[in-house]
Amino acid sequence: MKAFIGFIIKEFRHIFRDYRTMVILFGMPFVQILIFGFAITTDIKDANIAILDQSHDQETRQIIQKLVSSGYFKLASSIKNENEIPEVFKQGNIKLVVIFEKNFASNLEKDHKANIQLLADASDPNTAKLLTSYASNIISDYQREMYRELRLPYQLNPEVKMLYNEEMKSVYMFVPGIITILLMLISAMMTSISIAREKELGTMEILLASPLKPLQIIIGKVIPYVFISFMIAIIILTLGVTVFGMPIIGSLALLLTESLLFIIMALSLGIFISTVSKTQQVAMMISMFALMLPTILLSGFIFPIENMPLPLQLFSNLMPPRWFIIIIKDIMLKGSGIEYIWKETLILVGFAVLFIFLSLKKFKIRLA
Amino acid sequence: MIFILPVVQLLVLSFAATFDIKSIRIHIVNQDHTSVSRTLIQKYQSSPFYKISGYSESYKEAEYQLRTNKTDVVLIIPKNFEKDIIKENAAPLQFIVNAINSSAAGIIQAYSFSIAMDFNKNFVEQKSGVTITEPFNINYSYWYNPELNYKTYMVPGILVLLVTIISMFLSAMNVVKEKEIGTIEQINVTPISKFQFLLGKLLPFCFIALFELALGLTVARFVFNIHILGSIPLIFGVTLVYVVAVIGLGLFISTLTNTQQQAMFIAWFFMVVFIMMSGLFTPIDSMPNWAKNLNVINPIAYFIKIIRMVILKGSGFSEISKEFYALLIYAFCSMSFAVVRYRKKN
Repeated sequence: MKAFIGFIIKEFRHIFRDYRTMVILFGMPFVQILIFGFAITTDIKDANIAILDQSHDQETRQIIQKLVSSGYFKLASSIKNENEIPEVFKQGNIKLVVIFEKNFASNLEKDHKANIQLLADASDPNTAKLLTSYASNIISDYQREMYRELRLPYQLNPEVKMLYNEEMKSVYMFVPGIITILLMLISAMMTSISIAREKELGTMEILLASPLKPLQIIIGKVIPYVFISFMIAIIILTLGVTVFGMPIIGSLALLLTESLLFIIMALSLGIFISTVSKTQQVAMMISMFALMLPTILLSGFIFPIENMPLPLQLFSNLMPPRWFIIIIKDIMLKGSGIEYIWKETLILVGFAVLFIFLSLKKFKIRLA
Repeated sequence: MIFILPVVQLLVLSFAATFDIKSIRIHIVNQDHTSVSRTLIQKYQSSPFYKISGYSESYKEAEYQLRTNKTDVVLIIPKNFEKDIIKENAAPLQFIVNAINSSAAGIIQAYSFSIAMDFNKNFVEQKSGVTITEPFNINYSYWYNPELNYKTYMVPGILVLLVTIISMFLSAMNVVKEKEIGTIEQINVTPISKFQFLLGKLLPFCFIALFELALGLTVARFVFNIHILGSIPLIFGVTLVYVVAVIGLGLFISTLTNTQQQAMFIAWFFMVVFIMMSGLFTPIDSMPNWAKNLNVINPIAYFIKIIRMVILKGSGFSEISKEFYALLIYAFCSMSFAVVRYRKKN
């Protein structure tokens, strides 16, 4: 036991004396969450639009005024004829062109019918859809205002309540994801690299020759990283609450316990990666390639899992971050207690046990 | 490994990256139980976008469904709904949306309202016998991607990402690895100049990256059926400049650091920041101004913009020239930094 404690102390010193790495380790998540929290959003604001107004009358001016004052759109250019449209789209700054037909107001007066065309650059389909639906909503609102006197009987008044996120902030969606990704990648990478490094430099042999058991060596290597990752988790959560105004409606203790569980899971994944890779470079390639893109894309961080094809939905069940994102959102935003998230918690425990078991097995084989 | 993994990722991840909402799960709390409310529910039932996930009598039960993610939206039809709409000429209707994903919530609200308004219109027409015409007739057309297929947009982006990750990491780990193992001393005593040394490091990575690109474009064409509208030599030309810029950056990091662990963390940091800010997943137009300005030093942002424009819209050199020259300057600077920073003697 004394040898084991000595080993842990050695590991701590080993990590903390490399202050350059420490600065990187603590500085990086700090900068990243600040940048991402502010920059990652799908909200539409001041999108550049072009207008082809062939009528220039009272009505079209009113509508243009409505579009621009909504805050969603910014009038970037007025074009004279339709031939200019391909040119405008190919330059790539303008995403939507609004076309008013000739004699717009007089058509409206005579036939009670006038045409507006919305042309969207759908090379980005999501933005295209949002822009056209916002624009047509604004136009319909204007229409309703204009024809208020025509108000018909039997009106339905639909109302909406946005539960868990009344102000529709997109940080509520992204901050839990960012926390998860940072913890997952940093924890898994740190451990996988540090063990692979001992192997590459040949110092692993010395450790193995010591009277410590394989399990003790692994635990000793992991404990300092548990500590560091937990500190990082606390930093990130504090920033999430203070800077981005994320609420913690549920229990803070539960949130921290779940974070600790997730960290242990990610660290044991890191150990597993290091036991299967010979060099630091291989360990890194695995934790990068195998982890980075799937954790970003298949965890429900940016792209909702429900929208994916079924095989991928099933596959995403194998992604531990997926479950942690659910847990964080439930605790922070919905205020759910353990009775709602015990299933996700058990899954994380299962992953941790699995990785530890696999790496122990691998580790023993190497001893022989 | 280096060649197969990216292709697998391209195949898998392109299917994952989609904002398309396939079906909205709606839970209905009907406190009215009249023929009018049933007709309204019928409207949602017959819409291809909606799937009714359940019915309940009280909001409490419905809220449990929202909390456990069993449904996306709850529709509450209050008591006396039929009476109100006929006698009072105004009937309330409430939707409660799980708004954690705010952009999805916005779309769900728009769809749900439009079905309700449609029902309202039919109901008014039926009761009063007048046909309602809307004065403004709005037409939509979606250029370059009329079916709004999200894969068409994501495949070129993910391709860029794979090329970037490969070149960035291989190069960032390279020189520092020789430092850590000690073989760099052997190279330092040879008569090779440091420019030649780094150029020698650069060429194989360029080759790998371009090969990766060719592989990815083939997959995009034949698996995802994406027609490349622009010129292919232009794509390869731009990619070459871009790859040199990224590898230069990687080599620069490599010369700055002492261990592979440090090199990797720094490379990873820049990678993740560059990727997230590049407009790959979320549009640059939505970002605040300082973030847009920060993208001036983001090579991935330039490159994704160019590749998407050339592949999807067929833009030519004149339309992408600004971004191209930015990349050229970038490549020149990052390589010069790497050469200057690399010292033969410690």
